[in-house]
Amino acid sequence: MNKTADIVIIGGGVIGCSIAYNLAKKGAKNIILIERKYLTSGATGRCGAGVRMQFGTETNCLLAKKSIEMFEQLEEELGYDDSIEFKQGGYLLLAYTEKMVEQFHKNLGVQHKLGIPSRWVTPAEAKEIVPHLNTQGLLGATFCGKDGHCNPFKTTDAYVKAARRLGVEIMTYTEVTKLLAKDGKITGVETNKGVIESPVVVCCAGAYSRDLAATIGIELPLHPERHQILVTEPVEMIQEPMVMSFYHGLYCQQVPHGSFVMGIGDPNEPKEFNYNSSWQFLHEMAAKVTFLLPPLANLRVVRQWAGQYDMTPDRQQILGSVPGTEGFYLAAGFSGHGFMISPMTGKLMAEYILGEETSLPIDMFDFTRFARGQLFVEPSVV
Amino acid sequence: MCEHNKDVTIMCRCEDITAEEVRAYIAQGVTDLEQLKRLLRVGMGPCQGRTCTPLIVNELALATGRPVQEIPLTVFRPPTTPVKLGVLAGGTDHE
Ligand SMILES: Cc1cc2nc3c(=O)[nH]c(=O)nc-3n(C[C@H](O)[C@H](O)[C@H](O)COP(=O)(O)OP(=O)(O)OC[C@H]3O[C@@H](n4cnc5c(N)ncnc54)[C@H](O)[C@@H]3O)c2cc1C
Repeated sequence: MNKTADIVIIGGGVIGCSIAYNLAKKGAKNIILIERKYLTSGATGRCGAGVRMQFGTETNCLLAKKSIEMFEQLEEELGYDDSIEFKQGGYLLLAYTEKMVEQFHKNLGVQHKLGIPSRWVTPAEAKEIVPHLNTQGLLGATFCGKDGHCNPFKTTDAYVKAARRLGVEIMTYTEVTKLLAKDGKITGVETNKGVIESPVVVCCAGAYSRDLAATIGIELPLHPERHQILVTEPVEMIQEPMVMSFYHGLYCQQVPHGSFVMGIGDPNEPKEFNYNSSWQFLHEMAAKVTFLLPPLANLRVVRQWAGQYDMTPDRQQILGSVPGTEGFYLAAGFSGHGFMISPMTGKLMAEYILGEETSLPIDMFDFTRFARGQLFVEPSVV
Repeated sequence: MCEHNKDVTIMCRCEDITAEEVRAYIAQGVTDLEQLKRLLRVGMGPCQGRTCTPLIVNELALATGRPVQEIPLTVFRPPTTPVKLGVLAGGTDHE
């Protein structure tokens, strides 16, 4: 099956598909996207798919704000004849310690400078927004009504269909086994179906990007971290916003379909690939969520599963080129918040790869920041 | 009753997905059960495909000409029976 391409993209998650579409839209030709299994089989199809602008750094606020503006228009932009189920019910971020209150106020300062419509709410106001919220111990919260949630399968499907119409070739059930490079230049990829020669390779393989980069001697500071999540049976709509507590490491929202999707983080997860579901998660999740949102005790859990966060040392994505390997680009390490910035990330990466000026600066996400010790720290991530 | 007096065959009972809808997706080229599940929610309900999976596999076999036993199935997720969050929370300390 040996082939040649102008651009190879590795990974059929929302990031790879968004980049493929944006490159094709800008006129790039002969693009091949390679996915080891089915589209959305990685983190994208396993994620909570929450979308928020309430970050603590200007860069992340802007990335998310522009992405939300793009989500609002995405169906038209991509000519999608279905719905990405974008629900803008807001995000309610809960504060339980003085330190959090202080941090949230700082974050609001950053957000307001950029025109993000977030605000501080008292526990009583939080209860008006989510009437079934238990406000015990709550000091306050921030709320942004433009934040929300999309269906990750449909969002990716929308990008895929638009990319295909623009000529992108998508190969599923095809695994890249090795990157190929020569004299400091990328030359293509080896797959289980043959070699594809290409002067440009964009790696969007989530946590697996580390193993792929290693095949040409590049050491990516990136590791997988299991995150578990569950979904309940659907019920009538009772909760508009995503409720999120950094204190409990918890997020919980009701999707338009009616079911509740929720997850918690476990800082003690080993740094290795693990897709197993555990009963411990079920118990801990249930205990925390029924404390915070008591009526949910009556909901039945229909399914639980696990996915991987692709974590970097500063929990921020790596975007851009890799010095010493011309033609090799990375968009990985999203550390649990890649879905919500996928529209803008796709656009920025396409601009960068085609040598255009990027609409927002991305140099702070440069791969060399780790070696330089210039970590990009975002205070507001779970 | 159905307005247009058309024959309506429900394939996925949990999510109310008809045979017509499933066939429309297959006709678009979505012949992978994993992808069909994610785009149509078939098999995502409380029964996790116990009823619809065999029916859809038949459709896929018909459409692709592959024998039924060669159609890859999707992953079954725990818990095996829907359990209330309140029951799961019982026994562990709150907070
Ligand atoms: C439980 C959970 C909850 C989350 N919640 C949120 C949230 O609420 N909001 C948010 O914004 N983000 C969330 N995230 C993070 C989000 O899912 C990711 O940041 C995002 O989906 C990353 O997309 P991606 O395309 O980079 O990676 P992926 O979706 O993982 O795509 C990478 C793809 O590459 C493929 N691949 C890997 N190796 C190879 C190879 N060798 N050859 C070919 N293909 C290969 C994989 O099969 C995979 O499909 C969550 C993640 C998890 C796990």
